[in-house]
Amino acid sequence: MPDPDWPLALHAVLAARGVTLASYVPDAGHAALIRAAEADPSMRTVALSTEEEGVALAAGAWIGGGRSVLLMQSSGVGNCLNMLSLIRTGRFPFLTLVTMRGEWGEFNPWQVPMSEATAPAFGLMGVQVHRVDRAEDAAPTVDAAAASAFEGGSAVAVLLAQRLIGSKSFGEAPK
Amino acid sequence: MSGATETRLDRRAVVARLLRDRGGTVVVSGLGSPSWDVAAPGDHPRNVYLWGAMGGCVAMALGLALAKPDVPVLAVTGDGEMMMGVGSLAVVAAQAPANLAIVVLDNGEYGETGAQRAHTAPNAPNRADLAALAAASGLRGARTVSTEAELEALAGEVPTTGAGPVFAAVSVAPGPAARGAIANALKDMGHGRVRTRLALGLSAV
Repeated sequence: MPDPDWPLALHAVLAARGVTLASYVPDAGHAALIRAAEADPSMRTVALSTEEEGVALAAGAWIGGGRSVLLMQSSGVGNCLNMLSLIRTGRFPFLTLVTMRGEWGEFNPWQVPMSEATAPAFGLMGVQVHRVDRAEDAAPTVDAAAASAFEGGSAVAVLLAQRLIGSKSFGEAPK
Repeated sequence: MSGATETRLDRRAVVARLLRDRGGTVVVSGLGSPSWDVAAPGDHPRNVYLWGAMGGCVAMALGLALAKPDVPVLAVTGDGEMMMGVGSLAVVAAQAPANLAIVVLDNGEYGETGAQRAHTAPNAPNRADLAALAAASGLRGARTVSTEAELEALAGEVPTTGAGPVFAAVSVAPGPAARGAIANALKDMGHGRVRTRLALGLSAV
């Protein structure tokens, strides 16, 4: 039986790794993690108007001594591409968690193009990609990614599979 | 509001005035002319120059301001860069960082790329008004600065540790900023991020 509380485990991992800033463009798959971050007095949440703001925010926060995470869905990765040149040029530590759409029981075809382009796009911009398909792998993978980012200075994305999140949470598919 | 008959301020002098009493302020400059303007009065380890990442200046400054609430942070950018990241004004308003000020040097054109007409072009009846955009985004004290007296008033508030977020769109003369001598190292963010961290008393990495 998969652990339905994996988003809470992700919050615990992020907190343990010293993340104090969580920026996001919301996604249903991130809702529980965002709620957990909002309920944590040691973590500040920042609602963005577009995902690339979170990339720039992460760079600024790091200069100020803060560790941050950017939460977004796969469609938002496309919005980030040029801003990721800031991460690469500055060799900033960077951590993002991406909920995947468009790959498992997706009812909205508009989610498919960026879904298929998400991992290649990160690769083109020099961001390492890890992928989580099973709930039990979520926390260890995010912990490893956070270690790579904040101890190793890497830019790392963790893709949280749509199958993991559950496509049913996105509303009823037409019969 | 600026108009064709007004003498518009000199961008280099505006920035020099605002940085004169900067104290421990960290300055994040938007790509192109604002980075030249911020470097001109003298390089500083608390200057963070962007030469790319268009649209990200305010968001980057916000990240710094949230991570270091006891340090004044000043974003200096241009009108084109600001328009590309205009949504970040609402993000700043929602976060309400008291230590952040945003100054947009508004020359109404894309001065770096051949003076193409920008959305804030001063003589257009349908021009975009950055101060109004900022105010409507929740930065209620947002204002336009177009005279020396208004600049002096702004200099009394910028940099700020307690009265922010401050937003001002400063009407400056058209054209790009003059170039200066700038070391290649100052274009290297990998170097810049480390030296600013060290200046803030943080570890290098």
